Amino acid sequence: MKLKTATFGVLAASTMLAGAASAQTTLGLWYHGAGNEVESRILNGIIDDFNAAQSDWSVTVESFPQESYNDSVVAAALAGNLPCILDVDGPVMPNWAWAGYMVPLPISEDALAGHLDATIGRWDGQVYSVGLWDAAVSLYARQSTLDELGLRTPTLASPWSGEEFMAALGAAKASGKYDYALDLGMAWTGEWYPYAFSPFLQSFGGDIVDRSTYKSAEGTLNGDAGIAFAEWWQSLFTEGYSPGTSQDPADRDSGFINGKYAFAWNGNWAAAATLDAGVDDVVFLPAPDFGNGSTIGAASWQFGVSSSCSHPEGAAAFVEFALQDKYLAEFSDGIGLIPSTKEAAAMTERYAEGGPLAVYFDLSKEQALVRPVTPGYVVAAKVFEKALADIANGADPADTLDAAVDEIDRDIENNQGYGH
Amino acid sequence: MAGKLTRSNRAGWLFALPGFSLLFLFIIIPFFFAFWLSLTNQRLVSPNPTEFVGLKNYSELLRLSVLTLEPERDDAGQIVRDANGEIRYPRVRTITRSGDFPEYRGMREWFRWQSGENAKVVVASNVVFMKALTNTLTFALFIVPLQGGGALLLALLINQKLRGINAFRTIYFMPVVISIVVISLLWRFIYDGEDGLLNNILAWLTFGFFEPVDWLGKSDTALGSIIAMSAWQAVGFHMVIWLAGLQTISPTLYEAAAIEGASKWQTFRYVTWPGLRNTAILVLIVITMQAFAIFAQIDVMTNGGPLDSTQTLVFQAVERGYGRQDISGGSTISVILFVMVLMISAVQGILTRERT
Repeated sequence: MKLKTATFGVLAASTMLAGAASAQTTLGLWYHGAGNEVESRILNGIIDDFNAAQSDWSVTVESFPQESYNDSVVAAALAGNLPCILDVDGPVMPNWAWAGYMVPLPISEDALAGHLDATIGRWDGQVYSVGLWDAAVSLYARQSTLDELGLRTPTLASPWSGEEFMAALGAAKASGKYDYALDLGMAWTGEWYPYAFSPFLQSFGGDIVDRSTYKSAEGTLNGDAGIAFAEWWQSLFTEGYSPGTSQDPADRDSGFINGKYAFAWNGNWAAAATLDAGVDDVVFLPAPDFGNGSTIGAASWQFGVSSSCSHPEGAAAFVEFALQDKYLAEFSDGIGLIPSTKEAAAMTERYAEGGPLAVYFDLSKEQALVRPVTPGYVVAAKVFEKALADIANGADPADTLDAAVDEIDRDIENNQGYGH
Repeated sequence: MAGKLTRSNRAGWLFALPGFSLLFLFIIIPFFFAFWLSLTNQRLVSPNPTEFVGLKNYSELLRLSVLTLEPERDDAGQIVRDANGEIRYPRVRTITRSGDFPEYRGMREWFRWQSGENAKVVVASNVVFMKALTNTLTFALFIVPLQGGGALLLALLINQKLRGINAFRTIYFMPVVISIVVISLLWRFIYDGEDGLLNNILAWLTFGFFEPVDWLGKSDTALGSIIAMSAWQAVGFHMVIWLAGLQTISPTLYEAAAIEGASKWQTFRYVTWPGLRNTAILVLIVITMQAFAIFAQIDVMTNGGPLDSTQTLVFQAVERGYGRQDISGGSTISVILFVMVLMISAVQGILTRERT
């Protein structure tokens, strides 16, 4: 008798709970930022605001460490357990869209007006994902170094040419004051290589794949421009301008700040730390122009809808809500990213007009070129990374690029052209 | 024999059931699964249906050819030599990438040798796999004597009745208990090319004459460094096995040897070593199998680099399957590895079989 009452009580309680929740449909959200307290706090703030602001949807978040996020999504997709709203790295999005993990995001174009191009993930003519921020890379230098070595300060309008850049490295090396002239960040394996270094290749006139067809890399990666790039790339290491693949990660983080390196090729996310560490005459210079323009990579983490979501409109409502300038600004202030809109940038401490990092907003706006928009990018990026590491370690540039082309082409063929 | 296994042995089978079913579920089924996948074009992420492709994955990994390169000649028919007097040959890519030789398409130089005026070049369709194969074999070849011999030496050392001997046993066994990932990270610092512990010690021992070496960053020292570190890491485990073997040898045998006036070496050669026969076989087979599975050290310390000098089969299987999203390619490597280990274990089994 006693047991029965208890059972009834539980039943009644659970029905009531279900009743209370049924007013709002629950939408799951997966996020890559587990372990970052500030990031989680801001995201949770947005979700709480969203859940309180309307009565249709209730978003619940689950965070993963960034290193295992993509694996988790792939595993969940194979098991049919995807959440409704997915967080996706920009260059990976076409792969997931092609694989059927994601569906187009039903968001109005008005909501995207004024956003940086690279923060909007398009595939097959449709918007699949939208980011609250972008990231950008620049050449770190101290103004005092430039003055001492008698170097012209490059600007967005007139960046250094390839020769000027090499002359700058030569001058820094000849001064004898630095362990290495340039820190490329070789210690950061993974996506950093294609993200940070493929713009150099593009500036030489090559690319990872032929973007007009996305069917092959032949002649694009291993053409004359590609080989010129690879020989230049190798010279950075044979001439002793840059530490190689065995660079100590700690040196990557603090080498420029400690004056071990004259120049560093690094992202906006490290800029605040550099300023805070007391390098107050640091300048963020645009990439050198090797003949085909000065360019940098673009597209960071973005939100999209998974294919197992039965309410894409709810997901779109959340994304639209999160795109408010105040949230973009909050993320930017919190974790140092470049806000997606001019208005949001104006609300931040660092990216506002005249702010110490305002130059990054302009870099993203003027020079950003997204990585190849193809489902095959995920594999091509790995191949490119290995090719760059091998060439840096002394492999023959042309042969290595040939091998990379063969591998990329074989992969495209094995995937029946990736739907292009 | 068969009757003995099945007759009135229900309890025995029942006890074996949990172990067998786990083995079946996690070892045997996945193996057949991998074998099947290696015959298809299964991808990790793909909307395309899986197709049966036969042995294509195997030929893509294993295809080899030998090219003969004739020296470049100038207009007078003289062989062109470079500044060092070396004969100049046309580049391999003029053959592998030209439309005239479609059979060599996608192949790449693995190694070459000189034959008279000509150069013979071995081209492979997957040079990285070939390097992974040779590296894994090299690794196994060095690790077996290093680890097995080192462990035996330690076992002999600690098989004594001394005060505090347990402290030594614990110290030698410690690396086995610590996660291999942690150990690999620590050794990355030890091997650091600029201010690593190893370079510092060597510089101190040689009064500063030693030039720091970038142990993991150079293709001729990277694999050796990993071999040394791996031998050190697992030596304690095999030491314990040797120790167990040593302690099964009856003390009366040693007493008899002492009475006969046997020297230390003779005692080891004619009493200890024969008594360790079965232990030796176990240690040999276990080390060989573990050597072929080397992965974590590579993943943490070198990622297969520099210049593929530390690629290994398991690392390639994971890299292909997950990194390059090519599950069928990764499965193919696993199957090849399985066949290799099976063959080597069988040969070891035959060679070490007790002759009656």
